[in-house]
Amino acid sequence: MARYAMVIDTTKCVGCQDCVIACETENNVPEGYCRDWITTATSGKFPTVQLEIRSERCNHCSEPPCVTSCPTGASHIHDVGGVVLVNHDECIGCKACLASCPYDARFIHPDGYADKCTFCIHRVEKGEDPACVSVCPTHCMHFGDLDDPESEVSKLLKERKYHTNLPEAGTGPNIYYLI
Amino acid sequence: MNSLSRRKFLKITGATVGAAAVITGSGKALFKGADKVNKKIVKGIKKIPTYCDVCFWKCGAIAYVKDGKLWKIEGNPKDPLSKGRLCPRGTGGVSAHYDPERLNSPLIRKKERGEEKWVAVTWGEALDYIAKKMNKIKEKYGPESMALFSHGVGGTFLKHTIKAFGSRNITAPSFAQCRGPRETGFELTFGDVVGSPERTDIKNSKCLVLIGSHLGENMHNTQVQEFAEAVEKGTSIIVVDPRFSVAASKAKYYLPIKPGTDIALLLAWMNVIVKEKLYDIDYVNKYGFGFEQFAAEISQYTPEWAYPETGIEPELIRTTAREMALYKPATLVHPGRHTTWYGDDTQRSRAIALLNALMGSWGRKGGFYLPYNYSVPKYKYPPYPKPEHEPVDNPNHKYPFAEGELLSTGIREATITGKPYPIKGWMVYATNLTQSLPNREETIKAIQNLDLLVVVDIIPSEIAGWADVVLPEVTYLERYDELNTASFRQSFISLRQPVVDAPGDQKPNWWIAKQLAERLGLEKYYPWKDIEEYLDTRLKGAGLSLNELKKKGVVTGPKEPIYFDEGIEPEFYTPSGKIEFYSLQLAEAGFDPVPKYKRPEQPPPGYFRLLFGRAPVHTFSKTQSYPLLHHQMEENVLWVNTDVAKRFGLKNGEYIKLKNTDGVISNKIKVYATERIRTDCVFMVHGFGQTSKQLKSTYLRGASDSQLITRYNTDPIMGGTGMNVNFVTFEWEV
Repeated sequence: MARYAMVIDTTKCVGCQDCVIACETENNVPEGYCRDWITTATSGKFPTVQLEIRSERCNHCSEPPCVTSCPTGASHIHDVGGVVLVNHDECIGCKACLASCPYDARFIHPDGYADKCTFCIHRVEKGEDPACVSVCPTHCMHFGDLDDPESEVSKLLKERKYHTNLPEAGTGPNIYYLI
Repeated sequence: MNSLSRRKFLKITGATVGAAAVITGSGKALFKGADKVNKKIVKGIKKIPTYCDVCFWKCGAIAYVKDGKLWKIEGNPKDPLSKGRLCPRGTGGVSAHYDPERLNSPLIRKKERGEEKWVAVTWGEALDYIAKKMNKIKEKYGPESMALFSHGVGGTFLKHTIKAFGSRNITAPSFAQCRGPRETGFELTFGDVVGSPERTDIKNSKCLVLIGSHLGENMHNTQVQEFAEAVEKGTSIIVVDPRFSVAASKAKYYLPIKPGTDIALLLAWMNVIVKEKLYDIDYVNKYGFGFEQFAAEISQYTPEWAYPETGIEPELIRTTAREMALYKPATLVHPGRHTTWYGDDTQRSRAIALLNALMGSWGRKGGFYLPYNYSVPKYKYPPYPKPEHEPVDNPNHKYPFAEGELLSTGIREATITGKPYPIKGWMVYATNLTQSLPNREETIKAIQNLDLLVVVDIIPSEIAGWADVVLPEVTYLERYDELNTASFRQSFISLRQPVVDAPGDQKPNWWIAKQLAERLGLEKYYPWKDIEEYLDTRLKGAGLSLNELKKKGVVTGPKEPIYFDEGIEPEFYTPSGKIEFYSLQLAEAGFDPVPKYKRPEQPPPGYFRLLFGRAPVHTFSKTQSYPLLHHQMEENVLWVNTDVAKRFGLKNGEYIKLKNTDGVISNKIKVYATERIRTDCVFMVHGFGQTSKQLKSTYLRGASDSQLITRYNTDPIMGGTGMNVNFVTFEWEV
């Protein structure tokens, strides 16, 4: 079994939104919607300021509330890498998953189904990185298998300090931010 | 007069015309299908290499066409500039093709200038009209009275046509409104310019100093990639900026400088480095000229002297000076790019050059490398007619070191005054002059004196709104262009080629330039049938072919030494043949031979200095309507320090207007109250608040810095326009 995760180095990220735009073109995301986005967190008082820039998206949680809240089984854990996906045909657009997601990672596609980041599973299954990872000009994003101790993501998490978003939500997020 | 060599400047602008007679006839018929591709829809995915045009960096890219439709675009891994990764603008560039607001057919004005009332005409009608008007201007005033404002590689052939017509009044705001002072300052010091792409060895620097340069927000692709590499390696980064930029958040030292006082800081840094003998003594002894006079001059500028000017504590000045010296010669004091700030910009750039000279970083690993460009013979054209008059932009060499490129503001001035001779026609290519030149009113005043204003553009930009004739161009994704052979670490040549058909009756620039030339009786200057023949001829001259480039997109030359330490003989093309710490040519022209600091004018009470800069998702005022980029940033916001916002009762996210000291009131803009900026200035991203009614997605979205820049300080050395000299206050009537 593989457990896919993304490790993002906030010390290198410049928040340029290339990941967001690459996702839009790769996945034909409808105009005005996005599956990933940039968050900036500023703290301190000028001129002693800290800034953390994060590329955010669905956390492909190990305990995904969107899957348990889905009445039809459309939201599910994919059998490869634990990626959380939505089966468009089974989705009735009831928005239960939108309400349950602590990361606000989902939206209703104009065609009526819940949509979100897929970790570009169509690329990953061909051996490619997700579009956002492969386009990033700062090389701040890494994708791989946490069950493989030799993977780049496993090594980075062993060597570097990191945090996840809202760990207190108890969903077991799989996007890690190096600090 | 001075040693600034035209040759060096021309290297940047990429002029490509030669001389010799090859003449073939060519009719006036409009030939259909210029740059048409994909005659029939091919099922599946086709990958076509090309190079980007969303900014001027010209990154090699691969466009994906899926079932005959443009899908996405990625970096070409073989391209040395993009290294397989585009910036967000490049990635979103596909939407330039899909922009629903694109111009579709040639337009001729039917009411007053600026009323944006048009009648659609055929290409034949539009070009006939332009040719007739140009010939009239030529008869009445001479060919030099026709000027061309052109930005980027796409202007190559229009420049050729205008030169063949008999005018050398060809300019781009990218000089006197952007990097001009930097190039002049470096040329005066090292005898060479920084160039584009900048010859900065960021990835190998051990200490990187950024002064106002906001890499990461300013997405010059290779530089940002190397910046991230430097961050990862633990390069010591020092950022000097009134705003806590993204780059500042990666820095070891952040110096929140009072705007306009950079020269004071630079002098104090050099004072410490010289006094404590921290400079590269061998390098300075070997290559420096006038070091003693320089050292004597700067001995007065202590960190204690600089403190009240800059607001930077003396100890921090000393610490950062020592930090730089610790890593020399791999200490890169970045020269910046947009450097027209206060009107003393050549001297500030010279101070930056001198600090680099003290670090011994010019020609050294981690500093400034020596670039190469791919040698491709120019196409042989007949010689251009010899102009009767010198270019109009700089009469009597008022700005003695404005060499190599013309001053756009100088041409505007001549258009207003008619002196030294009248300018009666403007052709404008890929530069939105009402946004790119300071003082919009002056631009509009100049336009009123014209007999002809032609704008070639993709979208109905602001400047197109003032035109007599608007010519719709195809985007970079739908055309061939001149080859890119820019100087870089390694020589390379890249091709732009069409990847999809244009959606309407748009034409490529080369076709427009050729058709116009033929109507002006200048067909002998276009001996080639089409651009493919032109490109193939040039490429064959370099032992390559168009077919090869169409497949590969980019071809690189051999790796060659790029540092002095690799065996390159140092050469400095200055009058002394050395690095000029003391500049006799400046002294002879009446300027300070060693930079001096002059305290800038301060904002009146209740006013704030207006600063502007870049966002990663937009280029100038050109991309705001591209759907993918539009949705990332639909309007700009006003950065205001939180304490100031509190004092003035400004709420985050509320709309306000700005009023400058000349009473000009901006469009409404959202307040962004933040700890990331000083209390004496405000900041906005350039390019918004556009006033073209036809460009609905951008019409009055956000505020325009250009509109508020009614004042500018002209650099007496090279004529650059310092634009960070305007003060604004808040207005609540929105």
